[in-house]
Amino acid sequence: MDQTRAPLYEALEDMRNARIVPFDVPGHKRGRGNKPLTEFLGERCMSVDVNSMKPLDNLCHPVSVIKEAEALAADAFGAANAFFMVGGTTSAVQAMMLATLKNGDRVILPRNVHQSVINSMVLCGAVPLYINPQTNKDLGIALGMSVTEVEKSIRDNSEAKAILINNPTYYGICSNLKRITELAHAHGMRVLVDEAHGTHFYFGNNMPLSAMAAGADMAAVSLHKSGGSLTQSSILLCGPNINAHYVRQIINLTQTTSASYLLLSSLDISRRNLALDGERIFDKVTRFAQYARDEINDIGDYYAFSKELINGDSVFDFDVTKLSINTLNLGLAGIEVYDILRDKYDIQVEFGDLGNILAYVSVGDKSKNVERLISALDDIRRLYKGKRSNLLESEYISPEVVMSPQTAFYANKRSVPISESANGICAEFVMSYPPGIPILAPGERITRQIVEYIQYAKAKGCVLTGPESMDVSRLNILEEVTPHG
Amino acid sequence: MDDLWYSEYHSPNVRFSIKVSQQLHHEQSEYQNISIYESAEFGRFLTLDGVLMLTERDEFIYHEMIVHVAMAVNPAIRNVLVIGAGDGGVARELGRYQTIQKIEIAEIDQRVVELCQKFLPRTACGFNDPRVELHFADGLKYVRHTQNKYDLIIVDSTDPSGPGEVLFTKEFYGSCHSALSENGILINQHESPFYLTDAQAMQSAHRRILSVFPVCRIYQAHIPTYPSGHWLFGFASKGMNPIKDLNAEAWEALNIATHYYNTNLHRGAFCLPTYVEEMLKQDE
Repeated sequence: MDQTRAPLYEALEDMRNARIVPFDVPGHKRGRGNKPLTEFLGERCMSVDVNSMKPLDNLCHPVSVIKEAEALAADAFGAANAFFMVGGTTSAVQAMMLATLKNGDRVILPRNVHQSVINSMVLCGAVPLYINPQTNKDLGIALGMSVTEVEKSIRDNSEAKAILINNPTYYGICSNLKRITELAHAHGMRVLVDEAHGTHFYFGNNMPLSAMAAGADMAAVSLHKSGGSLTQSSILLCGPNINAHYVRQIINLTQTTSASYLLLSSLDISRRNLALDGERIFDKVTRFAQYARDEINDIGDYYAFSKELINGDSVFDFDVTKLSINTLNLGLAGIEVYDILRDKYDIQVEFGDLGNILAYVSVGDKSKNVERLISALDDIRRLYKGKRSNLLESEYISPEVVMSPQTAFYANKRSVPISESANGICAEFVMSYPPGIPILAPGERITRQIVEYIQYAKAKGCVLTGPESMDVSRLNILEEVTPHG
Repeated sequence: MDDLWYSEYHSPNVRFSIKVSQQLHHEQSEYQNISIYESAEFGRFLTLDGVLMLTERDEFIYHEMIVHVAMAVNPAIRNVLVIGAGDGGVARELGRYQTIQKIEIAEIDQRVVELCQKFLPRTACGFNDPRVELHFADGLKYVRHTQNKYDLIIVDSTDPSGPGEVLFTKEFYGSCHSALSENGILINQHESPFYLTDAQAMQSAHRRILSVFPVCRIYQAHIPTYPSGHWLFGFASKGMNPIKDLNAEAWEALNIATHYYNTNLHRGAFCLPTYVEEMLKQDE
């Protein structure tokens, strides 16, 4: 297909040039009705904030330019079908899950999944079978899925309908996607990949294997992360064995009928850019990240890890565009370095967890900013270096799933102070941002260790979200226990 | 003769212009837009990204003030690191001290040096001193990596909006602190207190230096071709005080002929207008 085309973008340009008189929504009418907003965002931006109309197609039922743009995206990503998503990659993940799993269906997945995966189980009633991720104790991070563990889980749970793989992880760790896909397919299970951090795998040189290339059935790809599209835009990819019409019906259950053309055109233009120029873009990102990694490792005490972690299984491959830096030898938690960088050095990194920070390197970076980050880390070491102590070794706590997230979420519950919650069954989520991985999900047993971990994360400045109690001083637990409801 | 003027916006609503007799050179280097003009009033002058850096007529004020203040406080300065200063003016003034043993210069843009050597020999002559060691490197990276200890670091940067941005960061000042000896002094061009953008840069630089150095004082000079004409410099150290430790006798004994700097002016330069003191106090 002709990847130099961008049908949706072209249609929007035509519409703008045609000077159509708007007697439809949005009411700001190309920005004229909202001067302060137009001054802030710019006239060009407002002039394409339009509603779906005949020449611009309709995301809920695409027949022309959106259909063409999605077909070009599918072609660029090597997928059978692609769907433009306007509810973030969260909506793409939900669509994958809802299109595959029904009430009571079992799904094999690693614990370090994104919140959206667990939320989608509340919606569809699926029951999780967690594979505890292998962890690297020195770094305090979860690794990929071990093929042996997956194989065991597939054997023990042959009734499972699907397996979800988180690839690459936030830190850049990749699993053996091809082997896991083969195993799952051999047992009649679908393979869903949360590929939020893997857009560049489809376009860069020497990148880890992408989900579509590995033969996965569906993949949720955050084009707005490494792909350069606008925040909240995303793409859902489907392999050849997926009924795309059913997937569209599922998407339409929760998707807006007023999809933003700003988001949609950003997907179209970014796809074209990646298809035409992706190799050069990601070569540059790789060079920046590698340069920074070498310089940071030279400072001492920091450990910017990379391909040396590869062990053939739980770290099958590593995404070298990710600049993940372990801070534990400095005597500081990652979240502390994250805060210092922002508060004292005006540098915002992507996240800090207990042991690491992740600096997001992209095509938008300049070498002087990379130098600033390196120098700031050097300065932080000079000023704050302490003893490696009082840091919890690992933040991953194996969950005990007592019932499905949906059953627990909708069950009768009562609120108790967090210190008295141990041994209860949790009725809500507890997430820690960073890193955005669940500590508790509905239907799981609360343990003393979990309570301590929550208190520790709070003390270290992580933002805890999920519970009704905004400051996470209390938790909702189930009134009575009905196992495997 | 054409009515040709070089203009620079000193604020969005104020323009400063010099009548130009000819443009001697113009190019886009890897880092910035470099131009050199000839004028009747100010002689030749250099602009980077459209911002005037120096004129032959008034550069002596800037260069004397960025060098001699520190040298009069600590005559024992031996090793000096200069960041930026691709025109050679800082090196020229430093070169007048026989006691200085080494002058390392880290300038990011080789083309600035080459063009100044071609068109602005009055400052570029500073590079001819055998004690000068010229490195074409990012200043931030250079200071981070240097193993040397310096008695004086001079930061002769562009405004924080251009390639000089990194030289106004806390991380840069922190690296300077590590690279300075016990009696080390950091001198930086400190922007101007008058127009809003310059004043904001001035305040944020002051705040950041304060967070790194125990002694952090500001002094001023009158530089006709810089925005508002009122320009500031920063004097930061690990202990040396620019007034109490001024060694006027020793400096005068050196018999260095200057056009702007003298030891009386040294003391006076640290007496700031009330509005500037108030701006600085906000951060202290």
